[in-house]
Amino acid sequence: MRNGKLMVAPTVLWLSFFFVVPLLIVVAVSFASRTPYGQVIFDWTLGNYARFTETLYLSIFLDTLIVALITTVLTILLGYPLAYFIAQLPQKWQQPGLILVMIPFWINFLIRSYAWVIILRTQGVLNTILLKFGFIEQPLQMLYNEVAVMLGMVYALLPFMVLPIYVSIEQLDHRLLEAASDLGASPFTAFRKITLPLTMPGIAAGTILVFISSLGMFVVPDVMGGAKSALIGNLIQNQFLSARDWPFGGALSIVLALLSLVLIVLYYKALSAQQGGGKNAEDMA
Amino acid sequence: MPKTWRSHVLCAYAMAILAFLYLPLLILALYSFNESRINAVWSGFTLDWYLSLFKNRRVLEALTNSLIVAFASTIVSTVLGTTAAIALNKYQYKYKNVINGLLYLPILIPEIVMGLSLLVLFSQAHIPLGKTSLILAHITFCVSFVVITVNARLEGMRPELEQAAMDLYATPFQTFRYVTLPLAMPGIVAGALMAFTLSIDDFIISFFVAGPNSTTLPLYIYAMVKRGISPEINALSTLLMLATIVLVVLAQVLQPQHVSKKEE
Repeated sequence: MRNGKLMVAPTVLWLSFFFVVPLLIVVAVSFASRTPYGQVIFDWTLGNYARFTETLYLSIFLDTLIVALITTVLTILLGYPLAYFIAQLPQKWQQPGLILVMIPFWINFLIRSYAWVIILRTQGVLNTILLKFGFIEQPLQMLYNEVAVMLGMVYALLPFMVLPIYVSIEQLDHRLLEAASDLGASPFTAFRKITLPLTMPGIAAGTILVFISSLGMFVVPDVMGGAKSALIGNLIQNQFLSARDWPFGGALSIVLALLSLVLIVLYYKALSAQQGGGKNAEDMA
Repeated sequence: MPKTWRSHVLCAYAMAILAFLYLPLLILALYSFNESRINAVWSGFTLDWYLSLFKNRRVLEALTNSLIVAFASTIVSTVLGTTAAIALNKYQYKYKNVINGLLYLPILIPEIVMGLSLLVLFSQAHIPLGKTSLILAHITFCVSFVVITVNARLEGMRPELEQAAMDLYATPFQTFRYVTLPLAMPGIVAGALMAFTLSIDDFIISFFVAGPNSTTLPLYIYAMVKRGISPEINALSTLLMLATIVLVVLAQVLQPQHVSKKEE
């Protein structure tokens, strides 16, 4: 099949037209302005980017970064032990364990956030239980605040952290741990000196996935958050669907996309540097 | 490994986190059977909320839309993704890095950016928002997942089998038809199931590119959630979750195993 090589062409063309071209149009739109009726006029201005310096938008941007950072740290703390536990299960239990993590990964954020609304709202499951057993006299307001958003984010993104960490622990060469223990290392030392460094790529991959996903998240704050807990994602959603300010929404999303791209590139740089280093070490041995 | 207090603590911790992941979903499902409409007090078992869903014309319309979009985008993205994966696995490309970037970026970029950029494209190209725009968008985010899944299967295949077919004078087409394709089939089916799950479950991108007459199930659920809490949302969410679980388990069972390497 001399033309076999061209079999990749339809997909490349498809993604060029439906992924790359749209992004380029958004870049163009981000330098445009709009009429009072929401029409886009291409007049090449930096005004949309300049609006970032307004305190309101700066603080939303900062909030988004903080929420993303906390979400990432919490998902590592919660996710690593779970991934470790599944990876050390006997062979026949590994796949069921993995499927248990994958199922929530595939159920959409909307349903998973809504599940928490049922639990946390004033007439919800938790308040009903607390009232019944007399722990509280008045229902607590647990939804529509920053804490609820954090909880929802961690809940939504936890599987994104567990899966890559699981893969890296599963690939770990167990002879290294046996060697460490033969040489008298305590389990904790072996974990700190061998398991943790060798599973760093998994943690890094999970961090990238969770951090980028939380930067662009709008479903969780939309369903579980209040007016004050809007993140960049909500701001963008608002510009496109209610305010009809596409140029400003475009500028916001270009910044979001660039930030994600930088993180992805940094991750690959670090990964290839580490793999290169790993190979050298193997050659030496 | 001897059972130590450490492994007990680890086990308890893991169970607690699994409970954290699943309890909210179980509670959501449980309350789809609760008689009381307004609050969380359990007042008796009922299937009324499910029955009222099946009588609701708008729910059935959303279901039809979801299925049409999911089937159409699954078929196209599976064909596109499979051919691309086979070609990438078989041939050397000068710009392989660029092609890989193009394939992986749609997965890595925030979904909201992809959704709004497609909205901008459709409006600039005067493609009306509806089932067509939904299908085009869904194909776009499904393709990469299909490529990755099929590729995982192809990488585990031994090239000797194709070489043997060629040595026995099979034409390239026959080799493809009778050797490559059947061997890749579990990966292709897993990829198609993944595409179907992604499509039927998608909310974020559909939110941007759907039209008023092309509401899908997740979009319908969102509209209901915005109007207020009702047990019908629980019932519909439970059904959608069940569909997802069945699809994920199927895809997982069919998928090439990373684990199997160890057994060799």
